[in-house]
Amino acid sequence: MSTTTALQLPGISGRRTTWWTIGAAVVVLTALIGAALGPAGPAWWRVPLALLDRLPLITIDSGVTEAQWNIIWQIRAPRVVLAALVGAMLSLAGASYQGVFRNPLVDPYLLGVAAGAGLGATIAFVVNRDVTASWPIDPVPLAAFVGGLAAVALTYVVGTAFGNSRSSTTLVLAGVAVTSLATAVQTFVLQRNNDVVRQVYSWILGRLTTASWADVRLVLPYIAVSTIVLLMYCRLIDVLRVGDDEARALGVNVNQVRIVVVLAATFGTSAAVAVSGLIGFVGIIVPHAVRLLLGASYRLVVPLSMFFGAAFLIAADIPGRVLTSPSETPIGVVTAFFGAPFFLLILRLREARR
Amino acid sequence: MRLQLVGARVEYEGCPVVVGLDEEVARGEWLCVIGPNGAGKSSLLRAIAGLVPYAGSVQISNREVSALAPKEVARHVAFVPQDPVLPDDMSVADYVLLGRNPYVSMFGRESAHDREVVARLIDDLSLRVYARRMLGTLSGGERQRVVIARALVQEAPVLLLDEPTSALDLGHQQHALELVDRLRRERNLTVMSAMHDLTLAGLYSDRLLLLHQGVGVARGAAQDVLRSETLAEFYGVSARVIHEADGTVVVVPQRSTGDL
Repeated sequence: MSTTTALQLPGISGRRTTWWTIGAAVVVLTALIGAALGPAGPAWWRVPLALLDRLPLITIDSGVTEAQWNIIWQIRAPRVVLAALVGAMLSLAGASYQGVFRNPLVDPYLLGVAAGAGLGATIAFVVNRDVTASWPIDPVPLAAFVGGLAAVALTYVVGTAFGNSRSSTTLVLAGVAVTSLATAVQTFVLQRNNDVVRQVYSWILGRLTTASWADVRLVLPYIAVSTIVLLMYCRLIDVLRVGDDEARALGVNVNQVRIVVVLAATFGTSAAVAVSGLIGFVGIIVPHAVRLLLGASYRLVVPLSMFFGAAFLIAADIPGRVLTSPSETPIGVVTAFFGAPFFLLILRLREARR
Repeated sequence: MRLQLVGARVEYEGCPVVVGLDEEVARGEWLCVIGPNGAGKSSLLRAIAGLVPYAGSVQISNREVSALAPKEVARHVAFVPQDPVLPDDMSVADYVLLGRNPYVSMFGRESAHDREVVARLIDDLSLRVYARRMLGTLSGGERQRVVIARALVQEAPVLLLDEPTSALDLGHQQHALELVDRLRRERNLTVMSAMHDLTLAGLYSDRLLLLHQGVGVARGAAQDVLRSETLAEFYGVSARVIHEADGTVVVVPQRSTGDL
């Protein structure tokens, strides 16, 4: 008797397997489409064949020339993979932030990552011309990464120094202050260096144009670590939904969960921003769409945001390079163009449900 | 499981709210803490639940609460706050399952046993029809039952209730307290509740503890604690206390005669 009742308990375990499978399938499918479409290169239907051909033990005559294969593998593939990594990271970080701050309107840039990275990148662009010309690596991603982390560190120091550690409100407010400060400094620096405005502006709008396997290798370790930590914490993020006090009464070390999740999300977001620039809206709309689709449990929202975020950014990158070819629309413009109306729609749906 | 407080002292933002309290609650006993607003009732319960620091000693079956890890505390004490947070879009089953958190390893999942405990309790509290419903769609009485269910799947021997009936109408107040009473008898739970309704407090608890400015000023059976002179002194009210033949004590507030 008791075992049958246990089986009947409605839960998310069964749904989890189904949705993980669906999510992974959507990512693979979008990635194939992303690799198949583009201004130059072979006919789209030859691309999956060419990819299959490269798998061990499979030989297919795809009719793709070596030059075309280079376009697929050296230009499109890293771009698709980088879009997937960045989209997954921003959505995952957004969902996790929303969970630990119990605020559905929070995005991964909340604690100053974006403004810090923007300032870092701006400084790198300004200094770039003379000093760093001989550097072995591009200083812009590095400066953005460091800037993002430094801004969040400052937010954290300020937030915990002035607020009591039990409330996250001060932390959020400190994030707002640090964002304003970094933006102000950035504007000041830009005003004195008008010649880099164009470069900085294009960086801020986000870009995957120059994506290479080197970029992928650069961010993969950070994003992988951050993703693993956030996925491990999603059950605990779900417990936080009943409030700090009650979560504590249920044996959760609330402050520790919040710090670890914020650190991991910030770390991954900084890495993503460093290579892609500031791509907006992904971290808000993807978790929201997942929530509308699957309900509000973070045990589903967090991992599924990762899958759908990856698919969303791969898809958002396609119109940018296909429609306005040969010039490119920055991906940040595409995500905001679709993101802003979609966000309003979600708000409307939320209101209608009440 | 015995709950024992020796010289327990709780501060809130530097001010003492519970001062040197000694108390002992036996296994299966229901102690009701009464007292005017700000007397320290909630702080006392929160200290026992390990949510706020305390000085002195609070022990559950001879183990000091402050020395236990958060999960161990949650396996010993279940706490129902006065105004629990119920996320609108969480299902009843998922919510009750949260009560098993103290038994789930940090990065693990609920076991089949955890799900069985939850399923059995959901049945026991006649919540099966609600199991898939979202918390936001429940009425006040249903919400209270769901919160009690979540606390009980913690399988803690001590149950702390902060104003369990404050949001309920008379009928649902009675249902909720009857439910707690039945469960504590069936499971031999030690219950400690803070309550404002003195008549109900006297009716359901074994003993009363009257707190005033953090000090235990009166304790004992309802007949001994609920006296009109005591209530006048510590609550500043004018109330009639009626002792029924069956031992029930009824507290009736009196309207002032209008001669101000």
